[in-house]
Amino acid sequence: MNIYSQIRANKLKSYFIIFLFIGLISLVFYVIGQYYSDPTTYFIIGLVFALFTGITSYFYSDKLVLKMSSAKPASKEKYFDYYTVTENLAIGAGIPMPKLFVIDDPTPNAFATGRDPKHAVVAATTGLLERLERSEIEGVIAHELSHVKNYDILVMTIVTVLVGTVAYAVDFFTRSLWWGGSRDRNNRSGALGLVFLIFFIILMPLIASLIQMAVSRRREFLADASGALLTRNPDALADALEKISHDPHMMKHASTATAHLYISNPLKKDSKSRNWITSLFSTHPPIEERVRILRSM
Amino acid sequence: MDINLIIIGAVVIVIIFIIGIYNSLQTLRMRIKEALSGIDVQLKRRIDLIPNLVETVKGYAKHEKSVFENVTKARASLMKAGSLQEKAEANNMLTDALKSLFAVAEAYPDLKASTNFSELQRQLEDTEDKIAFARQFYNSNVLEYNTKIKVFPSNFIANIFGFTMEEFFEAEPEEKKKVEVKF
Repeated sequence: MNIYSQIRANKLKSYFIIFLFIGLISLVFYVIGQYYSDPTTYFIIGLVFALFTGITSYFYSDKLVLKMSSAKPASKEKYFDYYTVTENLAIGAGIPMPKLFVIDDPTPNAFATGRDPKHAVVAATTGLLERLERSEIEGVIAHELSHVKNYDILVMTIVTVLVGTVAYAVDFFTRSLWWGGSRDRNNRSGALGLVFLIFFIILMPLIASLIQMAVSRRREFLADASGALLTRNPDALADALEKISHDPHMMKHASTATAHLYISNPLKKDSKSRNWITSLFSTHPPIEERVRILRSM
Repeated sequence: MDINLIIIGAVVIVIIFIIGIYNSLQTLRMRIKEALSGIDVQLKRRIDLIPNLVETVKGYAKHEKSVFENVTKARASLMKAGSLQEKAEANNMLTDALKSLFAVAEAYPDLKASTNFSELQRQLEDTEDKIAFARQFYNSNVLEYNTKIKVFPSNFIANIFGFTMEEFFEAEPEEKKKVEVKF
């Protein structure tokens, strides 16, 4: 598969995910509406809600993701290496210079987002910029720019926003069940519980499969390989990945929704957070394997 | 009747096929042009940085006339260079001249300590990196284009419409050594 067929596949996948999302959310609202014997109104509410979220996820997902990770713009003066390395690699890859952001966090990590190379954003943590050598930063940025160039960022970012929305909705319904349901509507709470159950049963696998679609292990290996082709220095990326994976801390502003965006999973290190949901969302191929492949290049 | 339809269909498919290959060759040629102007932008930046650098070094090391002359000469020939090969050669010449300039600078601690000098050096290094990446992008496009011209079946269409091979932008011998794979 060359880069052009990969770009086409990624675009198709993104549109498919958005339509799937709109269809399923509308359906869920329709089912809920059945219990209140007004399925049409609920269906329309669901459709409007899903359309709104879907369109937002396409056009504004990068800004939302940056907000979710509390990233700030990076200047050339303050982050000379980071900035010039990105300029150079963008020239080498033949894509416009992406906007650069910095996340104030000692854990080394980085991600790319946006809907196409013209609207691309790269963000790195201060920990990454402080602790990595220039050549290692170059390796990491080259990996991220490969995601930008072949439109991985489109799929990954859309999923982030849609998953975030669904997670928020599930959270909202859970609360309204526990606190809102028990007060006076004793006869209704049974029905409401059922509604919640349906919501949960339908949505959890949906989220999981959305994430599975967005992240394939192959995508990360491929970005490693094309990044190495760009810098002609696979060892630098391998060194960077080792440094990143040896850091014991967990990122402050990362969540299950944004985890798959990062070059290395920002959540996996904390054993306490490893419940069944996290393992459902296990998104990254093991670093050791990626390092081994890079070293053999 | 049926056979006619089949023939017409086949002809249409062949024409669409030819148009597709022609367009992809044309696109690649445009991309090579764009990549080349990307190199030119960086070469221009390098050319613009040099007078400042020479002036700064002159302020501390007046007597190294031959070094300055070499740098100025190399810069002038890079500005004049028209063809790709001339540009590559002039650029390599400039790299060599700058190398001796920086070697000379080593002998003047005051110069090395000056912030102006180190800032210029940093900018120059950055520009050299950018030239290297611009060259890499250009060469990868040329490789794709030249391959298309050589392989079947696009070589026929390239022949008919007069698409010819493009030149690579050659790195200087020493830079080539750097990308050698270690075992």
